[in-house]
Amino acid sequence: MDIFKLIGAIMLLGGSLSLLVAAIGMLKMPDVYNRVQVATKASTFGAIFSFLGLAIIKFEHWFTGENWLGRVIILIIFIYITNPVSSHVLMRAAYFMRFPLSKLTKTDVLRDDTNSNLLKEPKNE
Amino acid sequence: MKAKNLIVSFSVLMIAWLLLNWTLDPLIVAIGIGLSLLISVLFCSKCTVFEGIKLGPKAFAYTFVYILVFIRELIKANMDVTKRVLTPGLNIEPGIVKIKTNLKSKMARLILANSITLTPGTFTIHVEGEYFYIHWISTEAVDIEEATQKIANTFENILKELYE
Amino acid sequence: MNNLDWIIYLAIGIILIAMSLNLIRFFKGPSVVDKVVAFDVISLSGLVLIGTVAVLTNRVIYIDVAIVYGLLSFIGVIVVAKYLQKGL
Repeated sequence: MDIFKLIGAIMLLGGSLSLLVAAIGMLKMPDVYNRVQVATKASTFGAIFSFLGLAIIKFEHWFTGENWLGRVIILIIFIYITNPVSSHVLMRAAYFMRFPLSKLTKTDVLRDDTNSNLLKEPKNE
Repeated sequence: MKAKNLIVSFSVLMIAWLLLNWTLDPLIVAIGIGLSLLISVLFCSKCTVFEGIKLGPKAFAYTFVYILVFIRELIKANMDVTKRVLTPGLNIEPGIVKIKTNLKSKMARLILANSITLTPGTFTIHVEGEYFYIHWISTEAVDIEEATQKIANTFENILKELYE
Repeated sequence: MNNLDWIIYLAIGIILIAMSLNLIRFFKGPSVVDKVVAFDVISLSGLVLIGTVAVLTNRVIYIDVAIVYGLLSFIGVIVVAKYLQKGL
């Protein structure tokens, strides 16, 4: 049984390193949009991977005793659904508040379409 | 399709109940069936969230294909992000491009947008009808068709099997 | 478990370093959205920290705490974004 604890602990370590990458990316990237992007990808992966590791550490409780696996699966599905959605809503709010894009930006199709009235800015209902 | 809505929402609630309780005790299962039936009849008899979902063995098999492809893309995305963050200097050329999707149902579009957000270098900013506006950290294509080919086609082909 | 505990403690240390780096961005961030994103990443790291403490102290009930905390932080971020779009 010890091998499962080793695998789980290493997965937990990998997930926490991914969270560290998210934090460094937050400090390094030049504008809001790149920060949100890096932070969302790395932190979602880090959290999912860490919780998988925690479930594997508790392998002896999978079929008997307390319920670790079910709760962890619920939590993983929950993180998968909610984390991209909340970042997407934030990024759209930032875009329509007209925060400046970084100078490295090559194209901005959305600004062109907004200016030529192909789409209206979202109305608040 | 009222019956299909009820069946799908009932099974989602029932699976969540069983995962939280983690037992097959008849009393617990009976309480779960009662509660799930009550909630799905009360709240989801008119909802349109599960419209256009396909049921059957083929869709069931493609769910696992989706999960495997998604895990592969998630790991690739993190390799990419780690490489970009840890190499010194900024090697990014961000841009916002537009892609077009053929999926009709709302749930399929939500899953497609979520998957695009978690795959290498791309992030959905805005959804307008059948067009998605994507923030791409290394802009490789500006043209609509080429960008669609590069970003969305992998998941779109799988989601076509899952939703009408 | 005892001889493998040090890996878990190392992971806790790394998560704490990540949280404090995010805190720098939280205080420095030029715009509101930067601050909210930093808060989001901090709460996700806190979620992992709660899970780790649950494993170390061997109490499954802390995972429930993590579920409710994730729900609350999600709703908080959504509410702030809606407010920024002048929709509240």
